Amino acid sequence: MNSLKLILRNALRHKLRTGLTVLGLIVAVLAFGLLQTVVDAWYAGANSAAPNRLVTRNAISLVFSMPLHYREKIRAVPGVRQVAPFNWFGGYYQDPKNFFAQFAVDPLPFLAMYPEYRIAEDDLRAFLRDRKGAIIGRKLADRYGFRVGDTIPLQGTIYPGVWSFTVRAIYDGADARVDASQLFFHWEFLNETMKQRQPRRGDQVGVFMVQIEDPQRSAAIAQAIDALFKNSLAETLTETEKAFQLGFVAMTEAIVVAIRIVSFVVIFIILAVMANTMAMTARERTPEYATLKVLGFGPGYVARLVFGESLAIALCGAALGIALTFPVAAWFGAEMGNFFPVFEVSRTTVALQLACAVGVGIAAALLPGRNAARVRIVDGLRAIG
Amino acid sequence: MRPVPLAYSVRNLWTRKLTTALTAGGMALVVFVFAAVLMLEAGLRQALVATGRYDNVVVTRRAAGNEVQSGIDRSQAAIVESQPEIAIGPDGTRAVSKEAVVLIAQPKRDTGVPTNITVRGVGAQGLALRPQVRIASGRMFRPGATEVVVGRSIAERFDGVAPGERLRFGGREWTVVGTFDAGGSGFDSEIWGDGEQMMQSFRRQAFSSVVARLADPGDFERLKARLESDPRLTIDVKRERVFYEEQSEMMANFIRILGLALSVIFSIGAMIGAMITMYAAVANRTGEIGALRALGFRRGSILAAFLAEALALAILGWAVGLALAALMQLVRISTMNWQSFSELAFSFALTPAIVAQSLAFACAMGLAGGVLPALRAARLKIVDALRAA
Repeated sequence: MNSLKLILRNALRHKLRTGLTVLGLIVAVLAFGLLQTVVDAWYAGANSAAPNRLVTRNAISLVFSMPLHYREKIRAVPGVRQVAPFNWFGGYYQDPKNFFAQFAVDPLPFLAMYPEYRIAEDDLRAFLRDRKGAIIGRKLADRYGFRVGDTIPLQGTIYPGVWSFTVRAIYDGADARVDASQLFFHWEFLNETMKQRQPRRGDQVGVFMVQIEDPQRSAAIAQAIDALFKNSLAETLTETEKAFQLGFVAMTEAIVVAIRIVSFVVIFIILAVMANTMAMTARERTPEYATLKVLGFGPGYVARLVFGESLAIALCGAALGIALTFPVAAWFGAEMGNFFPVFEVSRTTVALQLACAVGVGIAAALLPGRNAARVRIVDGLRAIG
Repeated sequence: MRPVPLAYSVRNLWTRKLTTALTAGGMALVVFVFAAVLMLEAGLRQALVATGRYDNVVVTRRAAGNEVQSGIDRSQAAIVESQPEIAIGPDGTRAVSKEAVVLIAQPKRDTGVPTNITVRGVGAQGLALRPQVRIASGRMFRPGATEVVVGRSIAERFDGVAPGERLRFGGREWTVVGTFDAGGSGFDSEIWGDGEQMMQSFRRQAFSSVVARLADPGDFERLKARLESDPRLTIDVKRERVFYEEQSEMMANFIRILGLALSVIFSIGAMIGAMITMYAAVANRTGEIGALRALGFRRGSILAAFLAEALALAILGWAVGLALAALMQLVRISTMNWQSFSELAFSFALTPAIVAQSLAFACAMGLAGGVLPALRAARLKIVDALRAA
């Protein structure tokens, strides 16, 4: 008990220095937490994937489509519950900077497959009745102030021209991991319009979302689907939704790796600052440590004092930094909604923040603690800070 | 006013080696991050600026944004080709390449993850329009054959693209007959073949883009105005250089914003480190400061001496950080460009501007960290300071 008091008193002796060190730790813990959350946001799509959903796409690459009649063939594969055509629309609202994901979907099977999108019963009926209707996510609605009944004109990039959709429903995610910044509209509307404008591009599907009965059999079902279209004009590649999403992450892996590395660089920066603080502190107190030894305290006790002080400062910084992470992440997520539809601080991140701070506290005290324990009484008493 | 000798400031740093090393080390890491980010952005810009030529124009479907999403049918392409501003090559044909651009997924060698590669079917003039593209090994594909040549970055990073191997896409087998070097430009991350063969195998009726050389680069505005107002066409006309700059805009902005935000946040840590060090230096040397003042050095000189010490610390950190960053030039990054949805390889590029910017950044950190402690040192009263010793 007394040594705890001594540690705290020691830590508060140089208020300015301790304050600055804690401030540095807060910044570092906060930056580390945000960067880890950015990396998590990258994997958000993969984390919200369900094991009973497969994605069938053209084997050449995603920019090639498949004919619509594949739907019936896939549905006939044993173990498949339902199939929904799904096209990436890729338009923008007013300016290319206003980017958000838009998909043309077949509403009934699609919504049945994705129970995590929660829609009010009446709104859903209104959407189903309106061929030009759209369902949008709550975050998207908040960002641009869209309300039910508003018209959203989208400039097509893949599908030329301006397309206008009427908001008929706003969906909420079942939990914070669900991307609530998308727009869905009727696949039939896209198809019929394309048939008129460019008949060659009618009846073409970007990907098929496939729901299966038993997640255990996903590999076998995926193979069965791909075998159907072997040697056809549009060969397919079927994988689980998770693998499909991870494929996107893998393509930008270099960026994820860079952010990961940088997030640890900040820990090293603060380690240098913290180690410096502890080295200076211990050097100045060398005579005191000698005095303690004269009084009969062993080298272990002196080392514990140094470690205790270092840990106390580190934990203080970590606690404040972690506490600040949540409001800052909420603000950052709102500002960067275009890039990161899902931005949530995970428990792992908090645990990592704490672990890094403790690691910094211990590492910073290693050299000074050893020196303090080893100091010979005569030298220590003679030393001037 | 006589300045305190610089050696006083520098030697003080030398005396406290551990403290100096730790503080400068923290700053070096911040400088490293700062310089590396700027180098990455510069490398990306260099790659894409080298891709486009000022006197080439790229025609894509209006609002398509990139070539993969675009479509220009044959009649539209013929109208573009017949414009009087377009140069006529030595063989009497127009310097126009009608191109079919698609993406294929191919596994990367080190990870085995399928990654999108741009496949470009070029017209007869396609090579003449891009003089930076040279065959590095093997030979060029023959017009009318199912042959392809692969860019240097693709040859280095992907499996199944060595000369003699066959790629299967579009229902055909394509023989790789050579690799080409496009001088670090975006074309290094592409596979090229004959445009008409690609059109047939992908069963397309529309080209992706039309690339043309202007006889006089100054005619661009006239050509653009005429083509974009032609009711038979719904197209965008851009200079090739601008087109490729726009392709990298999102990525470059992302790197810059993230990088600068990180540098600023990290620099707070390093500044605090410098501040702690300098405050301790002042506190430990109170007696010395008193002695210096008693010898006749003015407050300004003391202030300058401590600022010089902080600056020397920062410059040490800058030198180490920049040296580390310079090593990054050996690394080549390859990632997916969001706008074109395909693989793009580029390197870290160290430019003189980045050397100067990182030096200014390091000095600013040193000054910001050193100014408060230096002020405290300068404000000490001679008697108090001498008594403290």
